[in-house]
Parts: sequence; C-alpha cells; structure tokens
Amino acid sequence: MNILIIAAKEIHQAIRNRWVLAATLLLAGLALSLTFLGSAPTGNLGVRALDVVIVSLSSLTIFLVPLIALLISHDAIVGEMERGTMLLLLSYPVARWQVLIGKFLGHLAVLTFATCLGYGVAVGALAATGSPIDADSLLAFAAMVGSSVLLGGAFVAIGYLVSALVRDRGTAAGICIGLWLLLVLIYDMALLGVLALDQGRSISAAVLNALLLANPTDAYRLINLTGFANVSTFAGMAGLAQTTSLTIPVLLTALLGWMLLPLGLAALAFSRREL
Amino acid sequence: MTSTVRVSDVTKTYGRVEAVRGASFALGQGELVALIGHNGAGKTTLMKLMLGLIRPTSGAIEVLGDNPAAGEFAGRRQLGYLPENVSFDPALTGRETQAFYARLKREPVAKALELLDAVGLGAASRRRVSTYSKGMRQRLGLAQALLGAPRVLLLDEPTTGLDPELRQTFYDTITRLAAGGATVLLSSHALTELEERAGRVIIMNRGVKVADGSIDELRRLARLPTRIRLKVGGLAPSEMPPWAPQDTTCRRLNGHIVEIDAAPERKIELLHRATAAGNAVEDVDVVPPTLDELYAHFLRQSEQAP
Repeated sequence: MNILIIAAKEIHQAIRNRWVLAATLLLAGLALSLTFLGSAPTGNLGVRALDVVIVSLSSLTIFLVPLIALLISHDAIVGEMERGTMLLLLSYPVARWQVLIGKFLGHLAVLTFATCLGYGVAVGALAATGSPIDADSLLAFAAMVGSSVLLGGAFVAIGYLVSALVRDRGTAAGICIGLWLLLVLIYDMALLGVLALDQGRSISAAVLNALLLANPTDAYRLINLTGFANVSTFAGMAGLAQTTSLTIPVLLTALLGWMLLPLGLAALAFSRREL
Repeated sequence: MTSTVRVSDVTKTYGRVEAVRGASFALGQGELVALIGHNGAGKTTLMKLMLGLIRPTSGAIEVLGDNPAAGEFAGRRQLGYLPENVSFDPALTGRETQAFYARLKREPVAKALELLDAVGLGAASRRRVSTYSKGMRQRLGLAQALLGAPRVLLLDEPTTGLDPELRQTFYDTITRLAAGGATVLLSSHALTELEERAGRVIIMNRGVKVADGSIDELRRLARLPTRIRLKVGGLAPSEMPPWAPQDTTCRRLNGHIVEIDAAPERKIELLHRATAAGNAVEDVDVVPPTLDELYAHFLRQSEQAP
C-alpha cells in the first residue's frame, strides 16, 4: 500500500514536471524520423519495413533509454535528501525499502508509458502509410518495446544505487554520466579491441558470452538483433545469431538481474544511510 | 504517567564530534516539553534519533514502543514531526502534498485537508508549493505534523516564520493536544514564548543535558535572584530607603524606583520591610528570573564545570 502511494506520487510529479511529456515526445520524434528516413537506404521493396525500424530503433534505444533512465533516477535519493523532503517522508510510517520500490515502480511506469507511446507511434505511422505488417514483425516489435522497458528499469536501478551511495547530487550526476559512457559506448569498443588483439587465442566463446552478459546494453542488443530470425538478417548479426548460445531466456534473465541486483544493493545502501 | 519517549544514555558521534553525549530522559503523556540550547547543542540530533533517521552510537531509544534505530515504525502513525527548514516537493500543490501525507498515515484525506484551513493556508493550498513563502511552507509543515491524532509531536523550531496571530493559534493547538494526552517536544529560540507554556524545560549544551525540570524547579536550582521593583515616593534621586537590606544588591533605576535582587526565600521578608517602613510604596513589581536568564545561568554553569 505504501509502495503504491509513493509510486502514484512519483508519477504525478513526473507528469507535473513534464518528464513524461518530454520523454514521450523525444522517443516518438526519433522513432518517427527513423521510420521514414531510415527506410531510405533499404528502399521500400521486398523488405518488411517494421523489421528495419526495429533494427534502427533498438540501436537508438541503447543510447537514449539508459540516458533518460539515469536522468530521472540519479537524483531520486540524494536529491530528496539535499532538498530536505526525505527527512519528512522518513518520519512517516513507511520503511525505506518501500520508498525505494515505490519510486522504482513510479519511474518504471513513466518509462513504460513513454516507450510504448513513443515507439507505438512509429508502428501506427507505418500502418497508416500502408506498409504491410505481419505478425512475426509485430511480435519482434513488442519484444523490442518490452526489452527496452527492462533496459530502462536496469538503468533506473543503477541510478538509484549511485544515488544511495554518494553525498551530493553533483557527484551522482557525474558518476551516472561516466557509467553511461562506459556501458553504452566504451565497453563495446574495448571488447572489440580486445577480441581483435586476442584473435581467438585465449578468449573462448564462454568468456565472450559472459562478457556480453556483463553489460545490460549488450544483453539488450542481442535480444533484439539476434533473437528474431528475420530481424537478424537486416541487423547483419545473422552469423552471430547462429553461433551464440545465449538464448532469449538467458538474455532476459541477465537484464532482469541487472535490474534486481542494483535495486537490492540500493535498498541496502539506503537503509544504512544516515540523514 | 506513562512515558511515550524514552532516551537512555544516548551518545551520537559524527567522526570526532560528539553531537549528543550521554543524554537520558523520558517524556510522559500530556507533557509539553521545551528543548532549548544553542545551534549545534544537539536538539535536532535528538529528534532525528527519535525518528530513526540516524542511529545512536551507544545507548537506547524507545518511541511509542518502537526502537527507531532498528527501523521499527509502527508507532509513527501516531507521531507528528516538523523538521527545521521544512521543505516539500515544489511541483505539487499544498493540497496534494497534504493528501499524500494523509494517505501514508491512513488518515481520511478530507479531514486532512481541513487542517490546511486550520493553519490558515486556505486559498493558497491550491497553488504549487514552489510559489509559497517561508511562512506558508511552515504552515503546511504544521498541518502535516498535526495529521491524525498524534500521541507524540516533535517540533523543531516550529514558530519561525509564523506571524504573531498564527503563533498564538499554534500554541493553543499544541496546548490542547498536550491536555488531551499527547507528548509535545518542541525546540525553539523564542524562550519568552515558551516560558508561559512549557510544563518542562530541557536545556542542552554541546550535546550534554545540563538542566531538566519545570520552570519553577529550574528557578529553585538556579537560585537566581528575583527582582523586586518598588516605586517609592519622597526619596532623593540617589538616596537608598532606610529599610533597604545591606546584604543584597539594591539599585536606583530612574527617578523613584528601587530595585532589589532578592534571593528566592527572602522575597516576602523584603516586601514586609518595605511596606512597614514610613516611605510610601506606590507600586510594586516582582519579576522572577526569566527563562532567558535561567538558560544563560545553566549554560554558564555547565561551561564552568570541568
């Protein structure tokens, strides 16, 4: 009950602060431009437009959704402490973990709404312009939206963990930007570099799989780019899709773990905080 | 009398700073207790300890049957807290804020909103908190602290930013709550306001409790002189009346007032002497030591102690 009260307030606040509006418009705008501009290189003949959209949108999601998630979450705990609102909230009959989970549900709801609506617009626009959409593509699209929400949830949880650990908001923001750069950009580049240098001598397939699962964005990428046969053809990942032993359930579990583990650690850190 | 808050030998250190050192006291039902001390004397720390916002370095605390340090919070439904410099989410309106806190305490929202009128927030309650002045935020802070029927009220500097009229209403409200059995612990710098209202005073200095008792008890302990001011006719400007005692300090204030610093037990005797003598005593004022003076006295005493 307490959790729902806090979640409702978070949502209310996000609507008031226009977070919901901003995130939805951003995602919708980019999804629409990708839908129409993105089909230019492939042409409109013989390919299923939605599959192309899935490839480009999921690449975009990897950059954008973690950023939005970290933006709304990095200040959730330390920010409320600095503003002094946490002091009053914790004097109420509510446990700290309830505060954290309530905020999480609220923020996740905001992300879910923005993603579903923002990306849904793209499908709607495709359908409206008369592109044929079959059930396979639609399923892959739904999986993309679902896993995008999971990815967002993972980064919201990571943001909370940072927020529960640091002393001030500036530090939280700095660390979150650093984490975003690391997980979204640097990690893959470094991994590629290492693989190229190693030439398959010491890094086995099992190690590579572990390395891919150790980054939520890679788990997300694999779900969407290799998980569905017709999509992976366009993604240029068909080769990898045939060789990788990381199945969808494994990848989903990894994403879920990336959400629950930081959340648990954040709850632990928060419960020990003094304010 | 059952105690609602028990603090036993509590010490709280931040690094090398001892914010509270060996403090012990119990607060009973229906008590209106003033907690006074300088900034940094440990008042806010004590309240935070009672709320479990921080954990004591040593010692134990019990609030409404809960151990706040262990994260127990069942009793907090019957606890109201007003922090120093209270702040709210700027994006929500006063009504939304109050409704949110009412839900957390499982109190009917309609009744909670009536409190907003009681603290005089009225029409402003439909505006966003970001537009509020300090005084309006303080009113909202009071409204949320009074939610439900609190059995314990912890108020940290509650009257800062309140206008005199609301101050009066506020003191009436907490006096009524205390009469109904609530424990009110109130920290303030406005000592003159507390003097008439607090049934008990706890004085803190540098984290140590230096005095604890009713104002009368503190006056007895402090043995500060009571000032007797007599308006006497027919005296030359610097002349002392013949009945003025030799062993106590007497002075002449402006034209015709004689002021005597009387030890508490000599008040009556001195008055007798003054009225029995020939000079016409036209008026008399007896001023017992004020809370301000008591506070200064106990602070001095604790500074001199090793």
